[in-house]
Amino acid sequence: MTVVRILGSGQFRLDDSDVGHLNELDNAVAAAVAAGDGAAFSRSFGALVAYVRDQGTTVPDGELVTSDHVLPAADTTLEEAREAFSGEGAIPG
Amino acid sequence: MAGLMSRFTTLFKVKANTMLDKAEDPGQTLDYSYQQQLEMLQKVKRGVADVVTAKKRLQLQTAKLEESVVKLDGQARQALAGNREDLARTALERKALIQGQLQGLDTQITALEQQQQNLIDQERRLSAKVESFRTQKEVVKAQYSAAEAQVRIGEATTGLGEEMSDVGLALQRAQDKTEQMQARAAAVNELVDTGAIDDLTAAPGSDLDAQIAALTAGSQVDAEMAKLRAEVGSGTPAAELGQGDAEPAKSEEESK
Repeated sequence: MTVVRILGSGQFRLDDSDVGHLNELDNAVAAAVAAGDGAAFSRSFGALVAYVRDQGTTVPDGELVTSDHVLPAADTTLEEAREAFSGEGAIPG
Repeated sequence: MAGLMSRFTTLFKVKANTMLDKAEDPGQTLDYSYQQQLEMLQKVKRGVADVVTAKKRLQLQTAKLEESVVKLDGQARQALAGNREDLARTALERKALIQGQLQGLDTQITALEQQQQNLIDQERRLSAKVESFRTQKEVVKAQYSAAEAQVRIGEATTGLGEEMSDVGLALQRAQDKTEQMQARAAAVNELVDTGAIDDLTAAPGSDLDAQIAALTAGSQVDAEMAKLRAEVGSGTPAAELGQGDAEPAKSEEESK
């Protein structure tokens, strides 16, 4: 099992067999960020978040488990995603 | 180019580990970790309460702006009735500017409400995880030495570190957003209060409120004057009063 955290939304368990498609969706997001295409980013990032939520089962509140993958918050903007690639800003502190 | 997820995972884990390193004194016991977790939970609760308060304040500011839109609309009508198209235009220009700002604020307040709901959910999750850590800590403490217990509970500790970083980031985002919105609402309110928007209009050095007030007062006086003239002219009130010495005298005084 693979544990994916969506910031602000908790953790989700996915089958290891889902990870391939997860990476494909993630690459589409990266391409949108590289192109600076806001519409493509909203679409692809929305699909990635929806996939994790739909395919995954929610990790119960009281369970303490480390995540294998971490996604930014569902309402992340293209600008914030760009900061994650430039290595500053998105994770302050 | 690496995916967003792998990039973000790396950044986030660095952040979460830094947080754990700070919390993990080598000589520290699990009880001490738990105490720190409780403190963090209290901080989160205060943070969430602050966001709620800030949102309420923003809603009040928005309500104030909405009132000024209504007021400006009324002023525009009064100005036009008094044949002061220039003043009416100024009022409408101000109204349009405030309405534009209001639209943005409304959308942002809705977004902030969603963030606030998420934060409350996160606070609940963190609270459940801290409680779960306490239980696990008691179990391993009963079975292992302090050093072994630390190792056995490693996964629980990193899991909790992640949760704390997650909530911390969400709080910071909400606070940043609230501050931006407050600055914006305050700037618009200031424009309304000082009448600085007058500078954009064709009426130089004039205060819209004062001019409209003068205009309104002027037309009110005109209207009352006309009424009095009609009354005095027809002589009806005096006739009705019979010996109405005082009334006509007062009217004459006001007519002067």
